[in-house]
Amino acid sequence: MGELLSQYDVLGAFWMNIKLTVLAAVGSFVIGLVLALCRISPIGSLQKFGAAYVNIVRNTPLTIIMVIGVLGVWSQLQVQLSSDFDFNFFLYAVACLSLYHASFVCEAIRSGVNTVPLGQAEAARAIGLPFMDAARLVILPQALRGAVTPLGNTLIALTKNSTVAAAASVAEVSGMMKTMMEFRPDVMVFIFCIVALGFCLIVIPIGICTTWLSDRLAVAR
Amino acid sequence: MRRFRFLAATAAAGLMLTATACAPSSQGGDEGGDGETLRIGIKFDQPGLGFRAGNADPEGFDTDVARYVASELGFPEDKIEWVQTPSANRENALENGEVDMILATYSITDERKERVDFAGPYFVAGQDLLVRSDENAIKGPEDLNGKNLCSVTGSTSAQKIKDEYAEGVNLVEQAGYAECVTILEAGQVDAVTTDDIILAGLAAADANKGKFKVVGNAFTEERYGVGLPKGSDKCADINAAIEKMKEDGKWQEALDTATEGTGYEPDAELNDNAEMESCS
Repeated sequence: MGELLSQYDVLGAFWMNIKLTVLAAVGSFVIGLVLALCRISPIGSLQKFGAAYVNIVRNTPLTIIMVIGVLGVWSQLQVQLSSDFDFNFFLYAVACLSLYHASFVCEAIRSGVNTVPLGQAEAARAIGLPFMDAARLVILPQALRGAVTPLGNTLIALTKNSTVAAAASVAEVSGMMKTMMEFRPDVMVFIFCIVALGFCLIVIPIGICTTWLSDRLAVAR
Repeated sequence: MRRFRFLAATAAAGLMLTATACAPSSQGGDEGGDGETLRIGIKFDQPGLGFRAGNADPEGFDTDVARYVASELGFPEDKIEWVQTPSANRENALENGEVDMILATYSITDERKERVDFAGPYFVAGQDLLVRSDENAIKGPEDLNGKNLCSVTGSTSAQKIKDEYAEGVNLVEQAGYAECVTILEAGQVDAVTTDDIILAGLAAADANKGKFKVVGNAFTEERYGVGLPKGSDKCADINAAIEKMKEDGKWQEALDTATEGTGYEPDAELNDNAEMESCS
């Protein structure tokens, strides 16, 4: 078994998934936050933009988004995100993961916003805060604390979806699993178990942290 | 009493379900009652080798060899059941009895022999490069430094080039060769690599006619075998069928059809002297 692990860099591949996950988590949070602000804003066109983005992207399979990125944008339109050949694909994968999960982050934050009583928004307006200040100082701090659990679920989904980056030619663990299974069918079950176990080791702590944080940060009302 | 009756009914229903669930698998075994069929695993997505559009008859070199071997074993074409066996699923399909044999660009390797038996080889391929037909600078794997090369996720053919021939090559991995060919046509990669006959099949596909060429400088040896479940008794008969197919010219005919118009010639020396598996 040690021989298998020395032949294939499984840890390196898992590390690639973690890098994809962390960067895409940051990216999707930023985009998702902007989308959520659009959807709760008082401006009709922004609301429609936010709703349209979420409904289109959320209902498009991630693999398709990845393929549009690599076969469409990179191959046909010849857009390079980086002059480094491999890093270019990494950026494509992070961008696609971010754009896709942003729609879920947006909805998670919006569900958090729904936990904030209407009186809070009315009070913020009553003391003269414009929309952005009301959102920044009153609504979002409470909404994000209420959205920890759905955001955690999105992060868990993102972790596992990072395997789709194989479609964007990133050397991550699902592609490596395919290679290992093709050439070492004699230990196929073992290979499968290693990958499954690896994901459990990454995902279970995220779940525990999410539960702990959501208890700790919950707004007592 | 009423609860007891309910339990009995549930148990009976459960038994019936299990019984019906078992029925199809026992029928699908070797003794198939009315009219035995031969289930052959092929690729459905490899033009020139194993390709099936919808419910049409599958076509390609693998399927032609499969038909010939099947008829030698006493199964006419209407008794063949075609099953799709993607690369990663081939050993499982044989072990679980989903197929009786596999002809799907299946290279004979020692690791695979631990789980399945092989007859053949019916073809000896070699890793090669596919380039755009106006490309003249790439004559072999050594010319790939600084170039972009595409292969399929789960194959090591591109990595082999990087490790052994051209350290400065950039690798792109895609889900299938069709994607690689699209990128090759768009110009973002300079070559696609895998076994020469697969490349020739791609180049011969109608949509790609005249756009690509196989470099013709194979640098590995891949012996395509007929995958069989462990302990199969068909091995020797299949070997005899393959020998016969080569002798009566059907083999060459099938190969020419599959690679028409690409100028591809398999390595004659390797194919003529291919040593058959021992069928122990």
